[in-house]
Amino acid sequence: MSNSGIDVPPKGGFSFDLCRRNDMLAKKGVQPPSSFRKTGTTIVGLVFQDGVILGADTRATEGPIVCDKNCEKIHYMAPNIYCCGAGTAADTEAVTDMVSSQLQLHRYHTGRESRVVTALTLLKKHLFNYQGHVQAALVLGGVDVTGPHLHTIYPHGSTDTLPFATMGSGSLAAMSVFESKYREGLTRDEGITIVVEAICSGIFNDLGSGSNVDVCVLTKGHKEYLRNHLLPNPRTFVNPKGFTFPKKIEVLLTKITPLKEKVEVIEGGDAMEE
Amino acid sequence: MDLKEVNLSAPHSMGTTIIGVTYNGGVVLGADSRTSTGVYVANRASDKITQLTDNVYVCRSGSAADSQIVSDYVRYFLHQHTIQLGQPATVKVAANLVRLIAYNNKNMLQTGLIVGGWDKYEGGKIYGIPLGGTIIEQPFAIGGSGSSYLYGFFDQAWKEGMTKDEAEQLVVKAVSLAIARDGASGGVVRTVIINSEGVTRNFYPGDKLPLWHEELEPQNSLLDILNTSSPEPMNI
Repeated sequence: MSNSGIDVPPKGGFSFDLCRRNDMLAKKGVQPPSSFRKTGTTIVGLVFQDGVILGADTRATEGPIVCDKNCEKIHYMAPNIYCCGAGTAADTEAVTDMVSSQLQLHRYHTGRESRVVTALTLLKKHLFNYQGHVQAALVLGGVDVTGPHLHTIYPHGSTDTLPFATMGSGSLAAMSVFESKYREGLTRDEGITIVVEAICSGIFNDLGSGSNVDVCVLTKGHKEYLRNHLLPNPRTFVNPKGFTFPKKIEVLLTKITPLKEKVEVIEGGDAMEE
Repeated sequence: MDLKEVNLSAPHSMGTTIIGVTYNGGVVLGADSRTSTGVYVANRASDKITQLTDNVYVCRSGSAADSQIVSDYVRYFLHQHTIQLGQPATVKVAANLVRLIAYNNKNMLQTGLIVGGWDKYEGGKIYGIPLGGTIIEQPFAIGGSGSSYLYGFFDQAWKEGMTKDEAEQLVVKAVSLAIARDGASGGVVRTVIINSEGVTRNFYPGDKLPLWHEELEPQNSLLDILNTSSPEPMNI
């Protein structure tokens, strides 16, 4: 591929080469694409008067392709602790699952509700040991006996304790919303409104996040996982007729396999014998 | 792809200004509150003065992760040491524990620390532990990226036997000077005063700090320079 030319390192600044190509294509009648592919994440957390609210977008990407339009980025850690994860999906899933099971074992040992600082220390120790190679940036929030807590954990293992936090590629867009609207002593509805606004700001302004908004509200002794709390990107152009094969193609055989099998439960069957 | 790499995998560092100063009766530790990831300020209100024991605190600078882990380990070891000894640990022991971890892991760590506290044997003491793991006992210590701007200031403004209020004012003034000149320092100024009576934490929000040469005063007209008050002279 390389011709006999000197390789010049790319100069900084905007490259206008493609603009000429676009003009040439426009003259020939080719329309530019109206939508851009998005990659990345926006995750946020916020402390309000009764507890903690976590929020996340729902897009998972493989390079430039959206591989999951509705994934779950708010992971369960303990009944009173949830964790949003940004970065490599495998890393966030694995590390939150691992710490979640460690917390469960710890609960069995101690007989007490898990504390957020326990989850924090376990996560931070693990991430520090791997010196940033486990690419998981987390927003950890929960309510325990000592009160509501919100922490951010970075891939290298450093942590911050904050009243409001954002992570991911959309963190700057979401942080701008929080910095202008956050105040202490928010009510539940006000808090949810601000979290949703911050995530939407990430979804629409970041070439990094998209699809729906998930929210999780944690208060003392109670949690509400609002999956797909807002769907600002509905699929608008759906053909009402459904899909039909073109007329030239003959249908030889139709077999429908339901994806979920319905199982019949027989009441009062034989008891299990040892 | 670029956005993702800048935000997530850039190690979290605290371009910082940290200061520890002894006075007649104890020590005053001071720090700014900015934690940066590249050019983004990840935490504008961080607390860089961490407790090791009831009477010993440490100011952290450099890599956020490294300094947090080092102070966690030292707090753990000091706790064991206190139980075994049966009385509060001395500042010298705390500082040496920090030094041992910093020196023995010098290839992997990138953190500069200032350990300060009060004990009944030596009184108030400050120990500086810069990057390689040296330990040096000093009447005052400065560290972090913002400290470069303070060497001359301290040479002139430092004196022996200050009172508690003089020492704290010196620390606040110094941190605010460094914040004015160092892009990697900013936010609020936090101070911790440790003496025989105990520990006092203070907080100085950004708008309460003095403005220095060429920093803009809030004013209605940019031409209105005749009415601005002149900044405080350097000599205390």
